[in-house]
Amino acid sequence: MNGALRTLKRQKNLMIGGAITLVIVLMALFAPLLAPYDPITQADLLRSEEPPSRTFLFGTDTQGRDILSRVIYGARVSLAIGLITQFLNSVIGVLLGLTAGFLGRWWDDLVMGLTNIMLSIPALVLALAIMAVLGPGLFNVFLALGFTNWSYSCRVTRSQVLAARSLDYVQAARALGQGRIRIMLRQILPNIVGPILVIATLGVAYAILTEASLSFLGLGAQPPTPSWGGMLSTAREQLFTAPWISIFPGLAIFVTVLGLNLLGDGLRDVLDPHTIRTRR
Amino acid sequence: MLAYAFRRILQFVPTILVISLIMFFLLNVLPGNAALMAAGVQDRGMDAKYVEQMLKKWDLDKPLHVRYWNYVTNLARGDLGLSFLRGEDVRQVLLARFWPTLKLALVAMAIAIAVGVPLGFLSALRHGSWLDACSMIGAVSGVSLPQFWLGLLLMFLMSVKLRLLPTSGYGDGSFSHLVLPALTLGVGYMALLARTTRAAVMEILSADYVRTAAAKGLSRLAINGKHVFRNALILVLTTAGLQFGSLIGQTVIVEKLFSWPGIGSLLVDTIFQRDIPVVQGCILLIILVFLCVNLAVDLLYAAIDPRIEYR
Repeated sequence: MNGALRTLKRQKNLMIGGAITLVIVLMALFAPLLAPYDPITQADLLRSEEPPSRTFLFGTDTQGRDILSRVIYGARVSLAIGLITQFLNSVIGVLLGLTAGFLGRWWDDLVMGLTNIMLSIPALVLALAIMAVLGPGLFNVFLALGFTNWSYSCRVTRSQVLAARSLDYVQAARALGQGRIRIMLRQILPNIVGPILVIATLGVAYAILTEASLSFLGLGAQPPTPSWGGMLSTAREQLFTAPWISIFPGLAIFVTVLGLNLLGDGLRDVLDPHTIRTRR
Repeated sequence: MLAYAFRRILQFVPTILVISLIMFFLLNVLPGNAALMAAGVQDRGMDAKYVEQMLKKWDLDKPLHVRYWNYVTNLARGDLGLSFLRGEDVRQVLLARFWPTLKLALVAMAIAIAVGVPLGFLSALRHGSWLDACSMIGAVSGVSLPQFWLGLLLMFLMSVKLRLLPTSGYGDGSFSHLVLPALTLGVGYMALLARTTRAAVMEILSADYVRTAAAKGLSRLAINGKHVFRNALILVLTTAGLQFGSLIGQTVIVEKLFSWPGIGSLLVDTIFQRDIPVVQGCILLIILVFLCVNLAVDLLYAAIDPRIEYR
């Protein structure tokens, strides 16, 4: 236990990333308590495009809404998108990777063929194509991102399964007469959860970034929903008159994604034995 | 090697087929027959006869599988169809937009490689130094930056405040219009390359053959240049190729932000206009470019690493 604590102290990435992520999660959870104004209804055109001041710490947008409050509430949209879509992707990827690696044969060929095709389409382009079909809207972003980014999870899971398949504990479980599903879920999965978690953490960061991009293009969250990318979609027009509109939502995206990336890197250092070896 | 390249190009065919199939059915099973809307029938109270005419004109009255067959056979001949909105040949529309995108992506890539690879290399050689610390903080930040935000910031700094460069647009195709979009597009890729290069070099530095080379009395320069750099390059090249896809994807955002008249902004505009043939064309073109880049990377392996043979 002491050893684990010492490792944690040495892992700067993990600590900083974890702390940033925690702050963002708390911000999303307690948004109504933290936000000084209502993010949607508190619109006062007489006070539009006011620069940052004591009353409005981050200034106001073109409709006179408090940018700070909208940034705080925006954490909810981003985290919901990131966590839910990556959960879907992880489930799909792990199930496919687990079965492909363990069962092999034609199923493996089929899954890997599909994965390679998925990897040959730039993810953002695929998401755009799906948004083109479904039309703009936040719910459609969930669909566009929740089913398109599982290929990395799938590949990592499969390669881990292939390595684990011939290990003693799996052979032992086989010899004991355990069923295939039981071996996959109860024996192999708990042993390969580390790398899957790393991919998932980085995937959350990726999903948040992509949602922001889609909303920036006007395809994601529609106004007046406070979403970080959406807040930036009209920012270019106000760059000359009210640059603060561009600064704070972007900063929020940047800090959140940075936190998750550091957390992912940190987790990799701790959970992936290979990198630990090269570090020492 | 030629035979290998040819076989790889043949493998494009099933990939493109599957993608075109998925794309076609996704895009054409639209609620409310959006293809028809794009064909110019926007009003609900439209004359029924006119609607019928439009359906016939665009073959939308035929069953989906017949339309897909027509689409694929045309595709095989390199015919991408006509734009719903403008009635122009999609090929011509794409061709006019291709060069700006290619120019943007290539310059962004050149910037990224020119800075990212040497930075990662130096960081690994001097790992633990302040240079290493700074460049790795920069790299993880670069990976996390939303590109449209970086673009906005650059635009604000260079165009609004300092008035050095034009805010957006293609202008007369001059370099000054290219700087901001290319820089915006390149930073994320640069950061990624720096990280990959550093990791690859670190791994190779601890390899046995590097120690042997040192024991043999080779100079530091010879070891780093001959052994480390060449071996690291293979790993870097793999990532560079795989991540080129995300670079192409990002051109969509950057082009839209800077009003750059390329494939990416065309894709976004036509998605909003529901001009399905052009959307399909854009996506297929982007994927084709990505496949070609990955093929080029695979072929480059042989040039760098003589151990790799193509069969």
